Amino acid sequence: MDLRYTDDEIAFRDEVRGFLRDTVPDDIRRRMVDGEHVGKDDMVRWTRLLNDRGWAVPHWPERYGGTGWDPMKQYIFLEELQKHPAPSPLPFGVNMVGPVIYTFGSDAQKARFLPRIANLDDWWCQGFSEPGAGSDLASLKTRAVREGDHYVVNGQKTWTTLAQYADWIFCLVRTDPQAKKQEGISFLLIDMTTPGIEVRPIVTIDGGREINEVFLTDVRVPTENLVGEENRGWDYAKFLLGNERTNIARVGMSKQRVARIRELAAKEMSGGRPLLEDQRFLEKLTAIEIDLKALEMTQLRVVAADAKRGSTGRPDPASSILKIKGSEIQQATTRLLMEVMGPYAMPYAQAAEAGWNEPPVGPDYAAHAAPAYFNTRKVSIYGGSNEIQKNIIAKAVLGL
Amino acid sequence: MDFDLSEEQSILKDSLDRLLGDKYGFEERNRILKSDTGWSAEMWRQYAEMGLMALPFAEADGGLGGGAVDMMIVMEALGRVLALEPYFATVVLGGGFLRLGGTAEQRAALAPAVAAGETKLAFGHTERQSRYDLHHVETTARPDGAGWLLDGAKSVVLDGDSADHVFVTARTAGGPREAAGIGVFLVDAAAEGVSRRGYRMQDGRRAAELALDAVRVGPEAVYGAPEEGLALVGAVVDRAIAALCAEAVGVMGAMHAETVDYLKMRKQFGVPIGAFQVLQHQAVDMYVATEQARSITHYATMMAEDDDAEARARAMHAAKAEIGRAGRQVGEAAIQLHGGVGMTEDYAVGHRFKRMTMIDLTFGDGEHHLRTLAGKGGLAA
Ligand SMILES: Cc1cc2nc3c(=O)[nH]c(=O)nc-3n(C[C@H](O)[C@H](O)[C@H](O)COP(=O)(O)OP(=O)(O)OC[C@H]3O[C@@H](n4cnc5c(N)ncnc54)[C@H](O)[C@@H]3O)c2cc1C
Repeated sequence: MDLRYTDDEIAFRDEVRGFLRDTVPDDIRRRMVDGEHVGKDDMVRWTRLLNDRGWAVPHWPERYGGTGWDPMKQYIFLEELQKHPAPSPLPFGVNMVGPVIYTFGSDAQKARFLPRIANLDDWWCQGFSEPGAGSDLASLKTRAVREGDHYVVNGQKTWTTLAQYADWIFCLVRTDPQAKKQEGISFLLIDMTTPGIEVRPIVTIDGGREINEVFLTDVRVPTENLVGEENRGWDYAKFLLGNERTNIARVGMSKQRVARIRELAAKEMSGGRPLLEDQRFLEKLTAIEIDLKALEMTQLRVVAADAKRGSTGRPDPASSILKIKGSEIQQATTRLLMEVMGPYAMPYAQAAEAGWNEPPVGPDYAAHAAPAYFNTRKVSIYGGSNEIQKNIIAKAVLGL
Repeated sequence: MDFDLSEEQSILKDSLDRLLGDKYGFEERNRILKSDTGWSAEMWRQYAEMGLMALPFAEADGGLGGGAVDMMIVMEALGRVLALEPYFATVVLGGGFLRLGGTAEQRAALAPAVAAGETKLAFGHTERQSRYDLHHVETTARPDGAGWLLDGAKSVVLDGDSADHVFVTARTAGGPREAAGIGVFLVDAAAEGVSRRGYRMQDGRRAAELALDAVRVGPEAVYGAPEEGLALVGAVVDRAIAALCAEAVGVMGAMHAETVDYLKMRKQFGVPIGAFQVLQHQAVDMYVATEQARSITHYATMMAEDDDAEARARAMHAAKAEIGRAGRQVGEAAIQLHGGVGMTEDYAVGHRFKRMTMIDLTFGDGEHHLRTLAGKGGLAA
């Protein structure tokens, strides 16, 4: 056991840092620091800078544009990205549908989609959840009926993140209503410009516009857009969800937020002194840092194990630990950041709304604190809620 | 001890619940929320008609002589529906200064109009680096003939954009964080030198930034002793905290009820999600927290009119700390148990969660009060 980074890993980390320092556009970094929404144009601009360097899809096989980094380097890269901070690659293409396509897709699908994902020429969104199918995803009802060389799709997806920007949506659809519920599902790639698709925004409690309902009415999808085999979609979905181990805990993001809390708590006063000097506050911040350090080590253990045996592509209960602790810590940091702002967390900034040019109320860093706290409640709900993650550990690890 | 409501109190509760039940459904509230003012003049009129504005004032001042329990009933009911009207700012805060600090002339000049719902009030105390310390006052009041000249700025003045008059703290002597040398002044919002910028808060309620630039007020604008106003501020804010706790209990009770309903209705894996024991236990934890919050609010209500200022303040620290903790627990669990729908503006639960969070930040978050009470040696010391 040697728990330190190797010289090679340290050199790599410095290389990544140097690249980020030289490349991340200032305005994007500023928006990330302030906790503002990073829009489509910024994401595209940034992804192309990454892609120019050959780093847009680091964990993919090299023949599809990956870097050949081992899992430890992939992890270091993501952590540095989040700490800088710079946007993480858009997960729907890079982490979700991309690996599904290069693992199960046809050669034509690989050639057509993978380069466009790496360059963010295609913005993908994830059409899994439905109003009646959340935690119980396999009960999904969206129907796809084969008619010659097309599927005709009818149904509704919901909570679809950033579907308003999307060029493509990957959907789980029911192709065999007679089969057991996991066995009649297929994985379809659908062009968002196809007639019959309607996207309606859902406003989140922080006032954000990041999720949508997607209605599909007689949407005709060429059969060449079926991934793998018909009725095997559930396997691909499980692969997709279990694939995610290096970014799920968001250690780098929480580190960045802890640093931000320190910085701002030194500026805000409490009882005539900087809040950062307040014993109780410091204890709470320190407790989060300790928890985060342990999570980082857990994350590194998982990454190292992956590096040894190679990713199995099967769901690993370790992801559940990372998801539970990672989301709890993200929630604790946004909560504490809001606490730093005191009464200035209360005003609602209309900065994002057109035509708003009033100066901020109070310090200019306060406006996003409460919305970030509200918004971060989602991380223990989506991608398998924390209750579901605990069910997985209870069953798969504890044998209960 | 008697925890039962009197007959009059039951009538107040029932009629207010009926009014709000009829007029303040979620859809209706959304309509009011999105209106220009962000609150309903029509509801305001109805509150006045029911006597809610007159409630705490003495009968001699045109009021109904209600006490802390009556205020608790009203605030809890308003909290249950997330009412948006400037009741707390006008009646609890502004009314508090009138009642507790006003001379007979001052009361006569304003209380009847407030009681009739014709005049709205607010209280400006927060300054850029005051955080939650009421004694941190940098706004100044300099003698000016028989009156005073006010200079400074107040932040996040609750319902400050619609108020006709605003009570503000200003320093007549001493340094920025000294307890002595603070006066309470009533400022006409339309007076020369007063500028306001109104805005929405996270929960949809309204507030304003208030700037005072050489604002002239007469001697009649001073409430209490101009150098010893902090005790008055404490007396008003302590009652306000008790009232906020009651509002919070209304919010929490509604969140809990709504969540339990949702657990019964929402099906996954072929069963209502309420069948999952882990969710049952979370719902029970919410219930226990809500009842604890209700109990500490009873305690705060009991202490709200206590003459022993120190004992009263400690009770409020305790109550606000407990409400902060319990409110966060109940709110976060309510969102979690609703899953995705908890994250949307389309369901009431998210609005309640936001209101609960803002209540915590009003007059000191739970952390502030816990710290302060611990600094005093605890509740019993
Ligand atoms: C902001 C946001 C973005 C999202 N983005 C996407 C997206 O891009 N694409 C997509 O397909 N989906 C997306 N989702 C959907 C997300 O994956 C679902 O919200 C999630 O699966 C939970 O489903 P649900 O909302 O229907 O809640 P439900 O499944 O109804 O759960 C409600 C509550 O019941 C609990 N529960 C359910 N079953 C059990 C059980 N067996 N045991 C114990 N507790 C249980 C849950 O933990 C939760 O607390 C997003 C959600 C959010 C909030």
